[in-house]
Order: sequence, then structure tokens, then C-alpha cells
Amino acid sequence: MSSSTPKVVLVTGVSGFLGGHLAARLAANPDIERVLGVDTVPPPRDLLKRMGRAEFVRADIRNPLIAKVISTAGVDTVVHASLSASPASSGGRATMKEMNVIGTMQLLAACQKAPSVQRVVLKSTTAVYGSSSRDPAVFDEAIGAKDLPSGGYAKDAAEIEGYLRGFSRRRPDVTTTVLRFANFIGPRVDTVLTRYFALPVVPTVLGYDARIQLLHEEDGLAVLERAATHELPGVFNVAAHGVLMLSQAIRRAGKVPVPVPSSGVGTVSKVLRGARVVDFSPEQMRFLNFGRVVDLTRLIDDFGFEPRWTTTQAFDDFVRGKALSPVLGAERIASVERGLLGLARGLRQERA
Amino acid sequence: MTAHGEQPRGRRGGTTKGDGMAEARVIPIRGNRGPARADEQASPAAAPPMPMAPDEQEQPAWETALEQVLEFLRRRLTGDYQVDEFGFDPELTEAMLLPTLRPLYQRWFRVETIGAHHLPETGGALLVANHSGTLPLDAAMTTVAVHDEHPSHRYLRLLGADLMFTLPVSGSLARKAGVTLACNPDAERLMNAGEIVGVFPEGFKGIGKPFRDRYKLQRFGRGGFVSAALRTGVPIIPCSIVGAEETYPKIGDIAPLARLLGAPYFPITPTFPLLGPAGLVPLPSKWYIEFGEPIRTDHLTPADAEDPMLVFNMTDQVRETIQHTLYRLLSQRRNVFLG
Repeated sequence: MSSSTPKVVLVTGVSGFLGGHLAARLAANPDIERVLGVDTVPPPRDLLKRMGRAEFVRADIRNPLIAKVISTAGVDTVVHASLSASPASSGGRATMKEMNVIGTMQLLAACQKAPSVQRVVLKSTTAVYGSSSRDPAVFDEAIGAKDLPSGGYAKDAAEIEGYLRGFSRRRPDVTTTVLRFANFIGPRVDTVLTRYFALPVVPTVLGYDARIQLLHEEDGLAVLERAATHELPGVFNVAAHGVLMLSQAIRRAGKVPVPVPSSGVGTVSKVLRGARVVDFSPEQMRFLNFGRVVDLTRLIDDFGFEPRWTTTQAFDDFVRGKALSPVLGAERIASVERGLLGLARGLRQERA
Repeated sequence: MTAHGEQPRGRRGGTTKGDGMAEARVIPIRGNRGPARADEQASPAAAPPMPMAPDEQEQPAWETALEQVLEFLRRRLTGDYQVDEFGFDPELTEAMLLPTLRPLYQRWFRVETIGAHHLPETGGALLVANHSGTLPLDAAMTTVAVHDEHPSHRYLRLLGADLMFTLPVSGSLARKAGVTLACNPDAERLMNAGEIVGVFPEGFKGIGKPFRDRYKLQRFGRGGFVSAALRTGVPIIPCSIVGAEETYPKIGDIAPLARLLGAPYFPITPTFPLLGPAGLVPLPSKWYIEFGEPIRTDHLTPADAEDPMLVFNMTDQVRETIQHTLYRLLSQRRNVFLG
């Protein structure tokens, strides 16, 4: 397509990390005339400063008012990045579901009525594939979930993707891009997973070791930006190369894994939620059982993006950037190793 | 990261001790993991390595072994190792899992492997084997056979039932040993990546069959493994295992108990559950694992994978080959325990 650079972009969820930084990146692009950022609460001050010339519109996407915003500004590209994964930050599970599902329905209805809209980008999640023992090891975009996500964030995402498919049938002239992101990690992003790894002792499920695939926040932003400024229809998995085992990741962070029997996992997650440390939902617990790995062929070949960080590099960057205090650091282990070797050498020389 | 800062100190400590062994004591960061691993493999930590490079005669063998063990432990504790997308952990397999199975392979079952030259030097292949023995010891022994008897020590990537991945411990251990779920996407992905994939098409029907049906091949499913091989164009290698049937002769089955536990069967063997945990010791039968002549599929096209007649015929051919090899091996065997 010739006119791939958008003129007026609307980004939802700008008070969040991804939405806010995406708006900032788009605002830095001189070819884009206007960048509108929508959210129910204003972004934190430093994020607002970073967003530069992007305009913040305080609006609720559940409200039909959003249609007016889109039509009066003549928005041609909508990036829906407000899908929320944690009930705590969005005021309970019921509100979260309403924001996610009803919000998307309203937003898509508004887009459908606005002839100016040419492109819709949806931030989805690889959680739509579910996580079970009966799934193939690597998901590509064509594989459906064996056990359809029964609730929570993953179910929201699956439903929202369905709405977007319906939307693209009704408006075939609009390019729709669905980006299924793996779990974000990095020094700046704050997610359930980053809080989990920041715990001093990290609870895991006894007898299970999940394969986890992550995505560096910068790669995530770059992918969103590319989708907003290019003509790239389709569904794409977005994740970093490589896999870490959960136990391995915990050790890399210098933390101590504490295996909890499956029956006790519910209690532990309740305690953590009560203490407002980490808010774990059941599907995230299943993720810690089995993990999830996705295929990147389409991202690299069709979408034209090569992740710059591998899962391991992204995780190490997170550990360094957040300056996590290691309980059992690599340094201490190395010094114990040197100590033992020195001891052995001393023993030998004494004998000689 | 931290290793960078530590390395010079460790080296200096070595030279002040005055044995000029800096080279051996460098704490490897990530780059030089390859050679270290090769050492470990040549000399498992349990047995002290005797022949070493000439400049190492000052250092006794046990100290080198200690160094290797400590280095391995440090890497495990700091998470400094790699797994592939299926969760396969070559380092752990090489250093822990295979050495644990090797005594069983060499001493207990005295496995004799025939036809290892049929395994391809490089590239993908599909190993199809008979399944027996109540517990999947045949899978473990075939993994050792492929790794130890192949000149370039290739790994066998087995396909396992979903029950294994549902259970705690067994699932995560199996993934670390290179097993993945028996489904076409996983099998094809592995074979496209040039791995030797192993499959037991009989599944639970084979491993859980009663002792009186020993060495009688069960139904080979719908031939899903043949279509996977056709789609990826890799050769099929029939593999016949003799001896596994006698490890735990299943003479009975408590079906209600199995249903209660969600297991496919609850076996009664001459020693289990009579002797309790001691009944879990397998009988020391003499084993033979024979890799047959590869059946090529590269002259066929992926479209042929959709032809049910062709898939069925090929499935039958593989099944017959394994059955005949089993009968031949059995007729040559004089004694179950002595071979």
C-alpha cells in the first residue's frame, strides 16, 4: 500500500506502560499528524512528559462517546492496547472483564461507523492458546487451544479476537492486525510476572517446570509501532527467541524456588493476593505448570520483525535493570566454588 | 555479569599458589562451555578420568573431577544452561540422566544393540519401536542405545503419551530428557529440525498388554507416524526390542484401582504389589535392540500423506518388519535371562 504511514492515530490504554510508550514513539514520528491517547485515568506525570505532542483524551471506551472522538478527529488508525491482564489494577475481575470485553465492543462499533478508520491493531496475548499437558510444545497461529481458556484474561482475549474477526467481516476495507504477545519482561515494565520474580522466595508448583518464553518490552513496543505504521494484516505471535525453564529463570534471578504441592497452590496465591504482592489468577497458575512456547515464523517472515532480545537476554536485562537483590547470587556460588577448590588444592600441597 | 568481575581474582589466586595451572582453573563464562561438556561426557564425574593431557600430571585426577562437578553444580545453580523450545536440557541429560540409566543398560539388562549403522549420521529420522514392559523402561534403554551406540552420540527425541505430561515430576523430567507430546505438530517440527524422533505406535495397548500376549504387536493406531514421516520426507527406522516384556511380567490387572487412580492399568506382577517397593525392581532379562533397514520416504511427496491406502500399507510394512525381527530375535534367544 502506498499510504502506509497513518495521519491520525488513536491509542487506547495510554496510562499503561505499552500504550503510553507507544504514543510517545508515534508522537516522535513527524509523518504522523496527530496522536490521540485514550484512557480512563491520566498517565503518570513522567509518562505524560515523555508523550510529548500526543494528546491525552480522558474517555472511557465503554462509553459510546468514543465514537465521537474517532469521527471528529478523523482517526485512520486505531491501536487497541488497553487489554488488561491483572484484575487488581483495573478494580476487580468484573470491572476488568467489562473494560476488556465491553470496551472492545464499543470501540469496534465506533470504528465500524467511522469511514475514516483504515487500520485496527489489537494487542492480544499468547494466553489464548491456553496451557495444558495435552497441547503441542510449540503453538503456531493456526493451532487452537485444546482447553479453551475458561476464564480470566485469556478468555477475554479470545473473545475480543472473535469480535475483531467479526468486525473485519463487516468492514473488509479495514486492515486488522492481531498481535499475540508473550509475557513482557524488562527493566521498566510492571506485570504480574515481574512482581513474581521479584519475590525473595518464589513459589513454584511441585513436580512441574514450565517452559517460559518472554518478550522484551522494547521489542514489544517496536512491534506495536511497526503494526501501527505499516500495512500488515493477519494474526502474529510476538515473542523472543529461546526458552527458559521456570526453575532456571528463578535461579538466574538469584532467587530461591519453593515448590508448593498443587493442592496448596490456591492457598499460596490467595495469601500473595491478600498481601497485595502478586495477583495470580488460576490461568496464570496453569501457565506456571506447563508454560507456553509459540512459533515465530510468521513474525519474522511475514511481519518482517526479528526480536532483538532473546528470552534469556531479556530476562537478564530485567534482573539487571530492576536491580533485584539476589538471595543466592551467582557471585556467592562462585566464591563457594573457589573456596572448595582452594581447600582441595591446599590439601594436596600439604600432602606433597 | 558477575563472573566477569570474579574471573581475574580466581586466576591470580591460582598463580600465587605456584602450580601454573591457570588454564585449567579459568572459570568459564558462557563461551567455552562446549569443550567442558565434552570432557564430562568422556569421563563421567563418578569415575575419575585417568588419561589426561600431559601438562596436567601435577593435578591429581580427583581434583579435576571435583573441578568439573563444582563447575557443573555452579552452572545449574545459577541457571547458566540452555534448553530448547521443547524443554530438552542436553547438559542435564548428558551429565545426570544418561549416567543414571547406563548401569541399567550395561550391567542389569546387558543390552546388545544391533544395526546402529542404520541410524543416519545427520538429519531427521523416525524410529518406530514395539512397546512393552508395564513401565516404559524400553523407551529409556532405546534412548541410551541411540546415544551411546551412534558414532556422533545423537539424541533420541521420544514422543510420549499425554498422561506422562499431566503427572507431576514425570512430565517435567521427560521434557528435560527430550520427550515431547505425541502429536503431529511436535513430531514434524522435530523431524524438520533434523532430529531422530522415536515413537511407540502401540501406546498403552502395547506397554500394558498381559504377559501371555508378549511379543505380539498390537494395533498401530491410525498410522499418524507414517504421515508425519511422509510430510517431512525422513526415513522410517523399524526398531525391535526384545527383553523388555520380561522386566515386569504383567499377570493381572486391578481395573477398579486403575480407574480410581486415573491410570490406564494397575499391574500385578509376580513381585508387585506382593513385595511392595521391592517389586519395582525389574527382572534382569537379557535385552536386544535391533535397528532395522531404513524405509525411505523421500521418493514420496507430502501429498501422499493424505492417501489413506498408501499410509495404511506403509504402516503395515513397518509393523510386519518389526514383528518378523522380533520372532527372529526370539528364536535365537535360548534363555530369557542369559540370552
